[in-house]
Amino acid sequence: MSSAVQSPALPKKQPSRAWRSLRRNPSAIIGALIILPIALLAILAPLLPIADPNATSWTAIRLAPNAQYWMGTDEIGRDIFSRMIWGARASLLAGTISVAIALVTGVPLGLLAGYFGGWVDMVISRITEALLAMPFLIMAIALAAFLGPSLTNAMIAIGLSAMPIIIRLTRGQVLAVKAEDYVEGARAVGLNHFEIMSRYILPNIVPPIIVQAALTIATAIIAEASLSFLGLGQQAPAPSWGSMLNTAKNFLSQAPTYALFPGLAIFLVVVGFNLLGDGLRDALDPREH
Amino acid sequence: MHIFLAKRLLVAIPTLLLVSVFVFFLQKLLPGDPVLALAGEERDPATLEAIREQLGFNDPLIVQYLRWIGAALTGDLGTSLRTGQPVLELIGQKLPVTLQLATMALGIAFLFGVPAGIYAAVRKRRAGDYTANFIALTLLSVPNFWLGIMLILLVSVNLNWLPASGYVSPLENFALSMKTMIMPALVLATGLAATLLRHTRSSMMGVLKSDYIRTARAKGLAGRNVVLGHAFRNAVLPIITLTALLFGELLAGAVLTEQIFTIPGFGKLIVDAVFTRDYAVVQGVVLCTAAGFILLNIIADVLYVLLNPRLRAQL
Amino acid sequence: MTWKTLATTALAGCLFAFAGQAADLRIALQDDPDMLDPAQSRSFVGRIVYASLCDKLVDVNENVELVPMLATDWAFSDDGLKLVMNLRDGVTFHDGEVMNADAVVYTINRNINLKESRRKSELASIDSVEATGPLQVTFTLKKPDASLVAQLSDRAGMIVSPKAAEAAGANFGANPVCAGPFKFVERVAQDRIVLEKFADYWNADAIHLNKVTFLPIPDTTVRLANLRSGDVQLVDRIAATDAGIVQGDASLGYAEAVGLGSMGMYVNMGNGPNAEKPMGQHKALRQAFSAAIDREAINQVVFSGGALPGNQPWPPTSPWYNQDLPVEPRDIEKAKALVKEAGFDRVAVTLKHHNNPVVTQTMQMIQAMVAEAGFDLSLLSTEFATLLDNQSAGDYELTRSDWSGRPDPDGNVHTFYHSKGGLNDPKYNNPEVDRLLDEARASTDPVARKANYDEFAAIVTDELPIITIGHQKYLYGFTAKLEGFTAYPDAMIRLQGVKLND
Repeated sequence: MSSAVQSPALPKKQPSRAWRSLRRNPSAIIGALIILPIALLAILAPLLPIADPNATSWTAIRLAPNAQYWMGTDEIGRDIFSRMIWGARASLLAGTISVAIALVTGVPLGLLAGYFGGWVDMVISRITEALLAMPFLIMAIALAAFLGPSLTNAMIAIGLSAMPIIIRLTRGQVLAVKAEDYVEGARAVGLNHFEIMSRYILPNIVPPIIVQAALTIATAIIAEASLSFLGLGQQAPAPSWGSMLNTAKNFLSQAPTYALFPGLAIFLVVVGFNLLGDGLRDALDPREH
Repeated sequence: MHIFLAKRLLVAIPTLLLVSVFVFFLQKLLPGDPVLALAGEERDPATLEAIREQLGFNDPLIVQYLRWIGAALTGDLGTSLRTGQPVLELIGQKLPVTLQLATMALGIAFLFGVPAGIYAAVRKRRAGDYTANFIALTLLSVPNFWLGIMLILLVSVNLNWLPASGYVSPLENFALSMKTMIMPALVLATGLAATLLRHTRSSMMGVLKSDYIRTARAKGLAGRNVVLGHAFRNAVLPIITLTALLFGELLAGAVLTEQIFTIPGFGKLIVDAVFTRDYAVVQGVVLCTAAGFILLNIIADVLYVLLNPRLRAQL
Repeated sequence: MTWKTLATTALAGCLFAFAGQAADLRIALQDDPDMLDPAQSRSFVGRIVYASLCDKLVDVNENVELVPMLATDWAFSDDGLKLVMNLRDGVTFHDGEVMNADAVVYTINRNINLKESRRKSELASIDSVEATGPLQVTFTLKKPDASLVAQLSDRAGMIVSPKAAEAAGANFGANPVCAGPFKFVERVAQDRIVLEKFADYWNADAIHLNKVTFLPIPDTTVRLANLRSGDVQLVDRIAATDAGIVQGDASLGYAEAVGLGSMGMYVNMGNGPNAEKPMGQHKALRQAFSAAIDREAINQVVFSGGALPGNQPWPPTSPWYNQDLPVEPRDIEKAKALVKEAGFDRVAVTLKHHNNPVVTQTMQMIQAMVAEAGFDLSLLSTEFATLLDNQSAGDYELTRSDWSGRPDPDGNVHTFYHSKGGLNDPKYNNPEVDRLLDEARASTDPVARKANYDEFAAIVTDELPIITIGHQKYLYGFTAKLEGFTAYPDAMIRLQGVKLND
């Protein structure tokens, strides 16, 4: 969570300008170039001419990479290459859905706290602080254990654990925007709270939230891998990079390459999202230029 | 200053109380009966019921909570269901281990992150800057547990250079202690080093742009003196504040690192406790971690005010 | 002291002077034990530490026979209601107190009466125990119990110093005082347990080590790495897939023993609404499931041949095994036919299992095997705590469960298959099985017991409330400098006679 909170200033540019500067941003382009092919492979996995990721072979146990099995076979003779591709689904799904959960819960709460202030803010902020005071991974582990081990529950656990950061970020942005003239104007015209929030505040705080979301996806992917690594994520026989690593670590001496591929894949995707997040920030935040 | 500090401490109290409520009820909601988990192979209904009664698990939750928090306020965090040791004693045993790990990691991160950040800022938009940024990105993105496994495989299993696990107190054998801790500390330091690098870079860049540095340069001061003597002194403030905050995250990040290297610290204590449903330990450890985290936040705030002359004047 | 031992001692002294730590043994354990009070502890791994710390009334040898330890001999009365034990003379506890009949009476009563005791069910057949001489105790039983002596070969029979136990109460585990070869020095939870040689041990001549340190290291790879780097000298239970590495390394030694326990799958037959599922209702489906499993393939793939395929509660190598019912090879046609016979085309089955890698690997193999017979097996891996809870609450259709095993056959079956058994989580209920098990428990005649167990095995391998897959082997790796180490079927590490050469 090291790069957790960024606070870019409110952009005054048109979205199209941001888009143009994003397209010229090397970070964003490289990030997208890393993520897109992996995402494509993940989506198209069922259509690709690869082995069934769950097909076992008792005669091909823990083989090293070879012509037939490009990345070798696992502990019960399944094709690691095919499982890597199917595992990408778990990782990317976990990354995006858990962040979506964090956004859907965190943004409204941050909006309420920032917009209304007073006791609403007091209550939400205290709860947020209390949640932030508990280590992210510990919370995710406890929640995942509470909900029962499955990929869906891991996503919920990660999403809820990432929520307080989104709340705090949203609240801060709302506080900055609330004082702007156009919000005051909207209030003077007599628009109701909901209209002000949805039409005047929300659109103006979206950019920093998008940046944070992209960076949080990176964190969430690592978190999913960590939970699966501890046995609290994706369930057998469905593959996930984290659970593959968990198994692979038992065969470090016998099949060292087995632990290499899932780790590299996680690393690559996380690099991709970090680059994309950095690029987005550069494009959306005028201060850097 | 006193009022500022008092205010911060006052706000911390409801936060901590909330943490205690969360951790207590979350624990109780976990599936898996701790008594059964503890009984293992010896499960006899009458015995189980007796244990449950003895531990007060048959009382209403709210009564259990009040009893726990009441005792906690007097400094009694209960005893571990598994080993029978007082939780406070366990924490006293484990905290120094994790503190050593975190301090070593912080040291490594600092030694690498700050100089690299300064270098990147000075070499802005040149090869050196890009290289530093690339390294930061790599360090930030590498999954800690995977790095740990790979290091064990390479350094311990294949090369046999460093022990793969364990812990030796530095008071017992300093050299051996460093030897066993260096690999985990390195793993734990990765993300932190990257964050420090990035913040040092942007903080330095801000300072280097400012008027008085330009003046200093105009006066003909040599480049190195400007950077280290003037600019860094001004850029160091946000870095110190950040470090206090990051130290808290380090303690949390130690969870997986300790699990992989089998280091008997705070993180391993809590993960094992969650898995064996050792309620008293989980509650006590999370409460202490949260208290430490909040304290570090306050320290960061205070440091920020103290080190910033303009803000200090306002108090 | 003979000339030989004198020379050995002198030699050992020289070595000690030179090498410093030559006689300090570091053992890597699979888990961190729980509290070190024989009355209260529950963990399997804790028993390994006790083997060095606390002597028992009776010990178990390599052939799973009961042999004297603190008791020199014992006999049941003809009606089986009295057990008389004579105790060894000249035994002292680590605190210098004398081990005698009073100490035994105190310990047994403590195990029965201490509120926190976990030994109550093991000693449930005892009505009273009294000192019938300075070195003789007599147990009076409520009903005959052939398994009692075997119970006294484990934690229930570890004699503790009454003085220390009385002073410490339930907190005895913080500083246990027993009569074993090593005495307690210190413990740092999750880190180490340190014991040092007890000079006044009754069998001190057999002890050649000065200090023993137990280090809990749960990760098998890391345990092995520590052994190869020399940081530990003996590893408790290496992974079967690592056995080849240890055997191939000239600087390491290797030992193995077939365990007393078993690996199996419970079918919910009467534990709540989940018993209404097809597997609990149709014997043919359970038989089909069992027939579809290739036990030898699992042994080869998961355990690299380091386990034993099995079908009964005890391994085929056990004297209690019913040789008329051998482990059958996989028969997929028979399995398919049985599924049809039960009236199914495909059967959806859910199985819960512990999320450790070896169990997960085994279950994924079984999943693929039974699929061919018509079972759509869904696997739900959970943490151990949740699994136990679900299992005892009946919140499962099938579960995968292990038993570490006991020396007496009764300890491996009565509690699982008897309708009133404490660990009968399938809630299997067969009056005939109850009768056979009760009779076998009450009889002290091995031939009569064997007949009962044979009949019992025939019933349960047909009805299959528990589908046995096989039996664990306990595998040990150690430095080649370690001499005299033997692997025991009960997985205890006995350090009597073990030397660490330099």
